Amino acid sequence: MELTKRQQDILDGKEGDVKAKVMKTLVMYGETFGAPKMVDITGKYGHLVTSFGLSVMKPVYELMDTLLDGGAVSSQKFSVDPRPLEKCVPRNLLQDIFFKVMYSKQDDYDKQLKKLGIMSDDAYTCTCYMDEVGNIPNEGDILSWAESSAVVYANSVLGARCNRNSGILDLFGSIVGCVPYFGLLTDDGRKADWLVEIRTEKKPEAQLLGSAIGMKVMEQVPYVVGLDKYFSSLDDEAKAYLKDFGAATASNGAVGLYHIEGLTPEAVKEGRNLLRENYKVFVIDDETLENTEKNYPVIWKDRNATPKLAFIGCPHLSYAQLESWSERIKLALNANGRRKVAVKTVMTAAPAVMEKFKKSEKARKLISAGVILSHICPLMYMNNPQCASMPVITCSNKLRTYTSAKYYKEDELLEIITGGAR
Amino acid sequence: MTKKVFKGRVVVKGKASAEALVSKGGFNTLASYQHSLMFGDKTGKCSDQNNPELYKKAMAGKALCMPQTIGSTTGGLVLYCAASMSRQPACLLFSKEIDSLAAAGAILADVWTDNSMPTVDGLGDEFLEYVQTGDRITVEDDGSVIVER
Repeated sequence: MELTKRQQDILDGKEGDVKAKVMKTLVMYGETFGAPKMVDITGKYGHLVTSFGLSVMKPVYELMDTLLDGGAVSSQKFSVDPRPLEKCVPRNLLQDIFFKVMYSKQDDYDKQLKKLGIMSDDAYTCTCYMDEVGNIPNEGDILSWAESSAVVYANSVLGARCNRNSGILDLFGSIVGCVPYFGLLTDDGRKADWLVEIRTEKKPEAQLLGSAIGMKVMEQVPYVVGLDKYFSSLDDEAKAYLKDFGAATASNGAVGLYHIEGLTPEAVKEGRNLLRENYKVFVIDDETLENTEKNYPVIWKDRNATPKLAFIGCPHLSYAQLESWSERIKLALNANGRRKVAVKTVMTAAPAVMEKFKKSEKARKLISAGVILSHICPLMYMNNPQCASMPVITCSNKLRTYTSAKYYKEDELLEIITGGAR
Repeated sequence: MTKKVFKGRVVVKGKASAEALVSKGGFNTLASYQHSLMFGDKTGKCSDQNNPELYKKAMAGKALCMPQTIGSTTGGLVLYCAASMSRQPACLLFSKEIDSLAAAGAILADVWTDNSMPTVDGLGDEFLEYVQTGDRITVEDDGSVIVER
């Protein structure tokens, strides 16, 4: 790999041994993929996936200390994934004890993040690209981000350029200010390997569609046709849909970039010219989605247990989604003759989004209906074995993938939490 | 006993000899290692409910054979933690070209820990079709992978 003088100097240890090791790691990473060079990061902010002070992740915190001791801090400010805990989220005594032990390193890790360069005390969310948070890359920006749902959103919806970097390497790139040039950073890496035709009777559930596509194409790039008819433009509704769709493609598969015909920036500009010569075709109809859902394992001890908790917001909800869910819950409660939700329900969004929403009348009504508004990571909550043994339901395919939470489509979940169905 | 040799590309150099553990589908690193890292299981029992081939099987010290890894971008960090805690697979063997997360994990373990995981990719679809859980695997530092049963 060809390095600039500055990059070579870092590798040679002129900025210290720790930075040299950071650069060595990035060079090895790039050489694995045939990267001819390192390119400068042009995005204003970074985004890290590691937000949790899990006591057993000691090696990560030791590594962070090594970086800090070696003067290897981030050259750009960054946001980070959500915190694992917040007092308002339901927990019993035993769960609380587990949380205290599990996340005993949280305060220490928060301090490390501050020293390393976090944007603010509130920059903890998987949806850092929300207006209220302000980590919004420009089209064409080169990024050193991790968090699969944020990377796929930045690439696909914002048109930025970022590989599916691992945790730790996200920070390494931000430290030296450059990343190896390969994969989704290149024009060729952004070509589509699959033409995915949507032939469903109505707008498919975002998280189910993403799951089916992710499982099929794995890490390849899909070009999706037949979805644009459900959206007039890349407005808030479309962005929220694509956020949830992308999170499912990335967690159920390994998708880092998708193109949606007529909607996402590169598809609008280049259309089907983005397809590789020998692209493969995947047709999705209602039966495909039904079969995908049917194959999800349910690992509850009692498959028919009554749900005790519901999570909505993995990845974190947008402001528009919070408003929309408020309306849907209100209408469903009215229809079912109830004033409060039948299942404890937690809705999650970025701290800045939630703060803004909490000032609204809709939020007040939602809270009085028994809904809990939080900024935690539901996945981190479910890591607690005392929580994992509870019957928890969700409309997030990402949460389903990593935890014991049972997946329901949004309308089904709505009926359950508002007492219209079990 | 039958013996078959496959040749791939060396990603992280090294020799290994271990029992094969095979995932024909994508290996979700976070989902697989989540519980064992969290609850101190030194055998690295797989906790990925979506992967029936590996679910509840011990991964530490095994020759992990797969097409590629999938899922969360904590993947590389998780492999790094597993290596730091000596719960890593003996080696990582990929039928396809290695993905960015697995590569990060293998390289982080190599550069930042004392527990390197020899890693070979591009072994081909035939490798994954042939190898079975329980086969004896020997990895040479030129990227040769010998499968014995």
